Amino acid sequence: MSSTPPTSEGSGSSPESPTEGHAASPGREPSASQIGVSNAIFYALFVVMGGTYVVLIVGMLVADAAYMTEKTFDGITSEGRSILSAISHNPITTALADKRIQHSIWLSLISCTMSAVISVMIAIPMGYLISRHEFRGKRLLDAVLDIPIVLPPLVIGLSLLILFQFPPFRWIARDVVYQVPSVVLAQFSVACAFAVRTMKATFDHINPRCEDVAVTLGCSRAQAFGWVLLPEAERGILTAFTLAWARSLGEFGPLLIFSGATRMKTEVLSTSVFLEMNVGDIEAAVAVSFIMVMAAVVVLILTRMIGSDHHAIQ
Amino acid sequence: MIQIENLSVQAGDFRIQNVSLTVPSGKYGVLMGKTGSGKTTILETVLGLRSVSLGKIVLGEQDVTTMNPAVRGIGYVPQDGALFSSMSVRDHLDFALMIRKTPQSTCQQRVEELAELLGIEHLLDRKPRGLSGGERQRVALGRALSFQPRVLCLDEPLSALDDDTRIRMCELLSDVQKKTGTTTLHVTHNRDEAERLADYLFRIEDGQIQQVRPES
Repeated sequence: MSSTPPTSEGSGSSPESPTEGHAASPGREPSASQIGVSNAIFYALFVVMGGTYVVLIVGMLVADAAYMTEKTFDGITSEGRSILSAISHNPITTALADKRIQHSIWLSLISCTMSAVISVMIAIPMGYLISRHEFRGKRLLDAVLDIPIVLPPLVIGLSLLILFQFPPFRWIARDVVYQVPSVVLAQFSVACAFAVRTMKATFDHINPRCEDVAVTLGCSRAQAFGWVLLPEAERGILTAFTLAWARSLGEFGPLLIFSGATRMKTEVLSTSVFLEMNVGDIEAAVAVSFIMVMAAVVVLILTRMIGSDHHAIQ
Repeated sequence: MIQIENLSVQAGDFRIQNVSLTVPSGKYGVLMGKTGSGKTTILETVLGLRSVSLGKIVLGEQDVTTMNPAVRGIGYVPQDGALFSSMSVRDHLDFALMIRKTPQSTCQQRVEELAELLGIEHLLDRKPRGLSGGERQRVALGRALSFQPRVLCLDEPLSALDDDTRIRMCELLSDVQKKTGTTTLHVTHNRDEAERLADYLFRIEDGQIQQVRPES
């Protein structure tokens, strides 16, 4: 954060006297010192108000880390091991050694990636159509796409479950509901809405002139899209993927209802946290949470790096 | 030849009614008018990016009024260049030929020819990022000319340039147009630019097009 309030010019100096012969001035001239003080208060207030949220975010993460460090050293003192053993014996390594957690990590990685890939594949055409074309019912469509974002997650899970009571979905319900595919579907149902929003914003920001030029050069719509628009949208696609991936990782409500929380089967990391909390193992729950935090951070950093690299090449 | 006959276009709330102009083959036509006078709308209609309510557009001997913009054979240079940020300058000059599946050797020859004509040989491997305003417009012009269009449409191509660059670009435009003999329609609000370039000069005012040069 580098939001230092700009120092006001001439603050503290006495207000200039109004020029002689000036026709009846409409009220008091603004004084430099007053404006200076006002500006300082304005920025101080905004920095404090905005900063509160940042403090909360960082505080949560620091608290997680502190809790785990404390538990690690508790283990050392109670079992009389050396300090160095903290590297191999801490809540995270204990969690990682657990077969069930290992399974949950793998399923999370695979399901989130699949759901993010499918989300982007749907979001690109959807975002393009909404951004570039005017058609009847566009506002309604826009509202429909907001449903997964505003609907309570549990309701989405329940609705998915009910949907699979009806044909044609019922015919494949046995292979989906409470099985691994349901995990991907539940994650996708919510994540895709975010991907669509991102892709629409991306296409909105790309000058439509470029496609116009491509069309006059002899391109069909598909060629203009593939050769001109898609390469320009690369960063947006990456952002949509990251966002969908992160949403999928955090998905829990729909999963609980639609996929169940069966260990070694439909258990993903968020389910693991829930299950560990349920049996009262807060230490393990925090450890798994921390693994999720790290996964999210790695994905964020990776995409930022790829994004900025790409930018540098241009 | 570019012939606009009794053209009416509806663009949102904006409306152009019953305008006509003709630029004979191989000539440089300039349509001059203030911002908001509808000159860009007319150009976009010629390009086929807007549909015609009434009237006719003829290029050469062909009525193109309802044709898809992709098959009209018009080179288009928009105001901001609208370069493709992920492509090199070479790719820009190559693009229309690649779409037409032109053989590699012909493409290469054409790219070199264009680069020399426009003085951008040294930029061929650069991406648009970091090119100056004048360089960008040269690339946009090269891209528009690459497939040897029968007509060239320029929409305020020099409005983002400083005065010196603008004068040099005017000379280049005039030179290139003479060398290629492409019939051109150039839209601008700048009187000086219009005077320098126009064989045929039109002014659009209050929805009416008036031919200024040569006096009819």
